[in-house]
Amino acid sequence: MKSLFELAQHDTNVMLLTGDLGFGVFEKFEEAFPGQFLNVGVAEQNMMGVATGLALEGKKIFTYSIGNFPSLRCLEQIRNDACYHELNINIIASGGGFSYGALGMSHHATEDLAIMRALPGVTVVAPCTPEEAGEATRQIISVPGVGYLRIDKSSACEPDSPPEFILGKSRTLREGKDFTIMVSGGIAEEVMAASVKLSELGIECKVLSIHTLKPIDKEAIISACQDTRGIMTVEEHTLIGGLKSAVNESCSDLSVYPEHSLHMGINDHYVETVGSQGFLRNKLSISGSDIVESILKIFA
Amino acid sequence: MVKIETSVNLARKVRLHAVRMVNKGGSSHIGSVLSIADILAVLYNNILSFRPNDTKWDKRDRFILSKGHAGAGVYAVLAESGFFRTDKLLEHYQDGSVFSGHVSHRGVPGVELSTGSLGHGLPVGAGMAYAAKIDNKNHRVFVLMSDGELNEGSNWEALMFSAHHKLNNLVAIIDRNHLQSMKSTEETLALEPLADKFKSFGWHVSVIDGHDHDKLTDTLNRKYTTPHIVIANTIKGKGVSFMEDQVVWHYKTPEGELFDQAIRELESQ
Repeated sequence: MKSLFELAQHDTNVMLLTGDLGFGVFEKFEEAFPGQFLNVGVAEQNMMGVATGLALEGKKIFTYSIGNFPSLRCLEQIRNDACYHELNINIIASGGGFSYGALGMSHHATEDLAIMRALPGVTVVAPCTPEEAGEATRQIISVPGVGYLRIDKSSACEPDSPPEFILGKSRTLREGKDFTIMVSGGIAEEVMAASVKLSELGIECKVLSIHTLKPIDKEAIISACQDTRGIMTVEEHTLIGGLKSAVNESCSDLSVYPEHSLHMGINDHYVETVGSQGFLRNKLSISGSDIVESILKIFA
Repeated sequence: MVKIETSVNLARKVRLHAVRMVNKGGSSHIGSVLSIADILAVLYNNILSFRPNDTKWDKRDRFILSKGHAGAGVYAVLAESGFFRTDKLLEHYQDGSVFSGHVSHRGVPGVELSTGSLGHGLPVGAGMAYAAKIDNKNHRVFVLMSDGELNEGSNWEALMFSAHHKLNNLVAIIDRNHLQSMKSTEETLALEPLADKFKSFGWHVSVIDGHDHDKLTDTLNRKYTTPHIVIANTIKGKGVSFMEDQVVWHYKTPEGELFDQAIRELESQ
């Protein structure tokens, strides 16, 4: 929110549109910038259409809603209206992965990254830390074209000496020489916990925040493949089309292959039971202890 | 009256271009184009402010064709209005052409919005109109839609939004030819009582003959305190006897003797 405030204050063309969500969060923004805030109601297709009309007239737009509502519910408006017209429209989807785990499958955003990544010209971001989310918000509005920003309820902590955040460039959250774990989104907290545990067991993992899935940091992928014994991708997202796919596509494009390749994510199915984010990670075997177990097998 | 006579002439040219384009391209939707030719001609001749050599002129009125399948009509009216050469029109539907079957802005001066999937135009038009309001600009936004298109729920979201925000700089025109893709609108998903529906959504509603240039000009010039919707009663395929009110001309390409007859009929009008 701090970033949105700064952007709106700095540039009166910046506008925030919400699909009637953000109670307790947006009131101060609306009060401070009444002409730059618009609650379009529970109507995401219209929200994206209105965003397109505003952006065609020179406005710089953030749309906001939760889960799949600002993405899948109005996907064709994103594709035909926002993307094809190459507009400065940035979608903020709050509640990535199982952030709203107990609310049921309608609120599980687990295919969004794949779908948004497939749209030409979209910058796709899933920050790992609150600081990354803030910086991504600040930077994405300056990137031409449509942006997709997936905000997670969970998050990792920043390292003691936080590296600079640049969209499209990975960040090293932890140094390590043995193995590289690449992660997108708040599930980075599981990765950080796992890397501490693995370190205690004598395996030093490098943790890379791949906050930007598109365009992805290919140099970081090359280094990971060449400098460590293998890579693991971790995402709270289907294994089809997200971080695993983006990394493997890059490896294939560059003909650079890791010695070992592990992928933690959601298999091709929906979860019928509900629960907290932590519960569902455990259930789907993508928790910190599952990460530890998988990597230990390589070093056994 | 000189202006009106010119818009009638422009409508005839749009129809002739469209029939030739569709014939050359082997494409479809000619009935839909003929249905709106008079509306397009009145808009571009009598209503809209624009500069063909300055397509981003800030004070221009904005026009969106939401029923993108009738794009041939927009290309024709833009060419006749000086946005590009009329001989470019026969590139329509050809390999490598920018003149796609459904209207596209890329490479075509004067097109504000690419459409083709129904139910996109009015929300975007509402956004444009909202932007004009907050920026204190006086231009207007016109969105031309089909009646069958009203099956799409996104339109009703935009109808609510526009009335709620009192976007009286927004004008929607419904090409009310009563035919949609397979059957009549009333047999498919009944729209009537349509005017009452729009009124209940908070719009000012006008119901007129969509082929009467005087009525179209007078109605589209009017401004109200609410957004304005014009139900323009039209005949699909208007101007070519064998195409009129025939759903099959949503799909068929006029060829051979039928093409010659269509051209003869239009040239004699």
